[in-house]
Amino acid sequence: MGGITLSQVSKRFGTTEVIRPLDLEINDGEFVVFVGPSGCGKSTLLRLIAGLEDVSGGAILIDGNDVSNTPPAKRGLAMVFQSYALYPHMSVRKNIAFPLKMAGMNKAEIAKRVDHAAHILSLTDYLDRRPGQLSGGQRQRVAIGRSIVREPQAFLFDEPLSNLDAALRGNMRLEISELHQNLKTTMIYVTHDQVEAMTMAYKIVVLQNGVIEQVGTPLELYRNPANLFVAGFIGSPSMNFATGLAAEKYDATTIGFRPEHLKLFAEGGDWHGTVGVSERLGSDTFLHVNIDGIGQVTVRSDGDIDIRYGDTVSVTPDPARIHRFDASGVALQ
Amino acid sequence: MATQQSRSAARLMMAPAVVLLLGWMLVPLSMTLYFSFKKYLPLRGGDLGWVGFENYSRFVSSSAFWPSVQTTLIIVGSVLLITVIFGVLLALLLDQPMWGQGIVRILVIAPFFVMPTVSALVWKNIFMDPVNGLFAHLWRVFGAEPVQWLSQASLPSLIMIVSWQWLPFATLILLTAIQSLDSEQLEAAEMDGASPLKRFWYIILPHLGRAITIVILIQTIFLLAVFAEIFVTTGGAFGTKTLTYLIFQRVLESQNVGLGSAGGVYAIILANIIALFLMRIVGKNLDA
Repeated sequence: MGGITLSQVSKRFGTTEVIRPLDLEINDGEFVVFVGPSGCGKSTLLRLIAGLEDVSGGAILIDGNDVSNTPPAKRGLAMVFQSYALYPHMSVRKNIAFPLKMAGMNKAEIAKRVDHAAHILSLTDYLDRRPGQLSGGQRQRVAIGRSIVREPQAFLFDEPLSNLDAALRGNMRLEISELHQNLKTTMIYVTHDQVEAMTMAYKIVVLQNGVIEQVGTPLELYRNPANLFVAGFIGSPSMNFATGLAAEKYDATTIGFRPEHLKLFAEGGDWHGTVGVSERLGSDTFLHVNIDGIGQVTVRSDGDIDIRYGDTVSVTPDPARIHRFDASGVALQ
Repeated sequence: MATQQSRSAARLMMAPAVVLLLGWMLVPLSMTLYFSFKKYLPLRGGDLGWVGFENYSRFVSSSAFWPSVQTTLIIVGSVLLITVIFGVLLALLLDQPMWGQGIVRILVIAPFFVMPTVSALVWKNIFMDPVNGLFAHLWRVFGAEPVQWLSQASLPSLIMIVSWQWLPFATLILLTAIQSLDSEQLEAAEMDGASPLKRFWYIILPHLGRAITIVILIQTIFLLAVFAEIFVTTGGAFGTKTLTYLIFQRVLESQNVGLGSAGGVYAIILANIIALFLMRIVGKNLDA
């Protein structure tokens, strides 16, 4: 149905290699998230799959068929763009109907599918409005509506939530996940936000400089990051790192420990330091502690902790949860 | 303009411009109206008193009037059609990435900087001359009889010259409009299965609607007053007499200021009728 295989796919713009040859297997019905910092090639990779860019090498297979030279419309994929890319001069109804009209479908069938999509996305009341009269979240839903009416083999999302405010982003995240549960169609989702990746993905692909750093389920990446980059990128607040003496004690060049795996004591712990700024979220408190010989470390503590700027504390990491990395940044098992 | 004070300050500061513009328009307009009711023949007795609407009825009943209105409309309509269609095509072409893009764009825009008189003379003598013109030579190469452009095909020749002058303007405005189109929209349409032709029809053309409206409105204003091109090529002969040119002939060749002024008032009425139609047809594109 919608399995996608990338085999030694690479992309060069002139002499710069944006995507180094990489292999990736996306199974039918999976929700896969490409995540990485800006400029890591995740959007380019999505555009390669969509067919909006030509591959410089390797092959893209959908259901085992090589589509590397197939035009985008023939690949059976639908894409939701960051700017939504709605057609401003058409009503919502016409926007959603556009791909069906291009496919030459008859009017009754188009109307049926548009109404169905509008119903799923609660857009029924807005069908006759223009995109300019809609809010950001509604535009986003129209863009999704336009892609689901085609009943594509897979959906491609290119940072679809980055133009929305925080509350709406949370809602849309749920809606997209819900949509995936209902449709069971393959979805590839590009984001730079690791929270989106963690909460939505079945499988996360972490990219950096056009190279896949690690592929795995959210919890695999959280528990066993393959290298320093993944360790620092996945998890919020991000992982603390220590080098030097503290790391040598664990036979590693660098050790990493997450804020939530540190215990605070008034005194008597492994490390000592002074509390800097603390961020109180109500449910948790993130303390920025300056530890002697290690430096700034984030500690996650409960919301009610009574601690002030300048207090001295003692911190102990959970030894079972310490991640060890060698000199080249690769995780040691 | 929030406070009372800033509003009155704004009015005060705008006043000179408003007064100047009003004067610029009102003085000639009222003088035209004044003369249109007079029998005024500068070389044959000067001011010969009020004649009521006689100038108006004489201007319309002249056998040259309706043909001149028709010629005016044909020139305006054809030039608009040619410049908009070719302007869109040229703008699409110039939007493509190509080597020497900057120079090509300047070259395309260049005709707009040539004065109407000069460009008409260039066309008349270099291209359309039946003996030594480039077209005549080209026709002879193929063994054909050279066309007497300005006498046998006077109106099309004139339309060609005026279109050549205004095509750069249309191209320039439409090119900037095309460049402002969000490329993701085109990519979305491509993903949606729209062929290049359909992308043009459903995405690019509607996006250009507003720019085309502006091109049509601005060009109409100037095209209604085309004069120099006719003056230096046919001199109003061979069916190229527009309303503007007829007024010129009445005032300067027949030395009848009153009659010409009445014609001027008709020209104002014609321009307003056209403007009204244009606003109705294309003006709604400017909303939203």
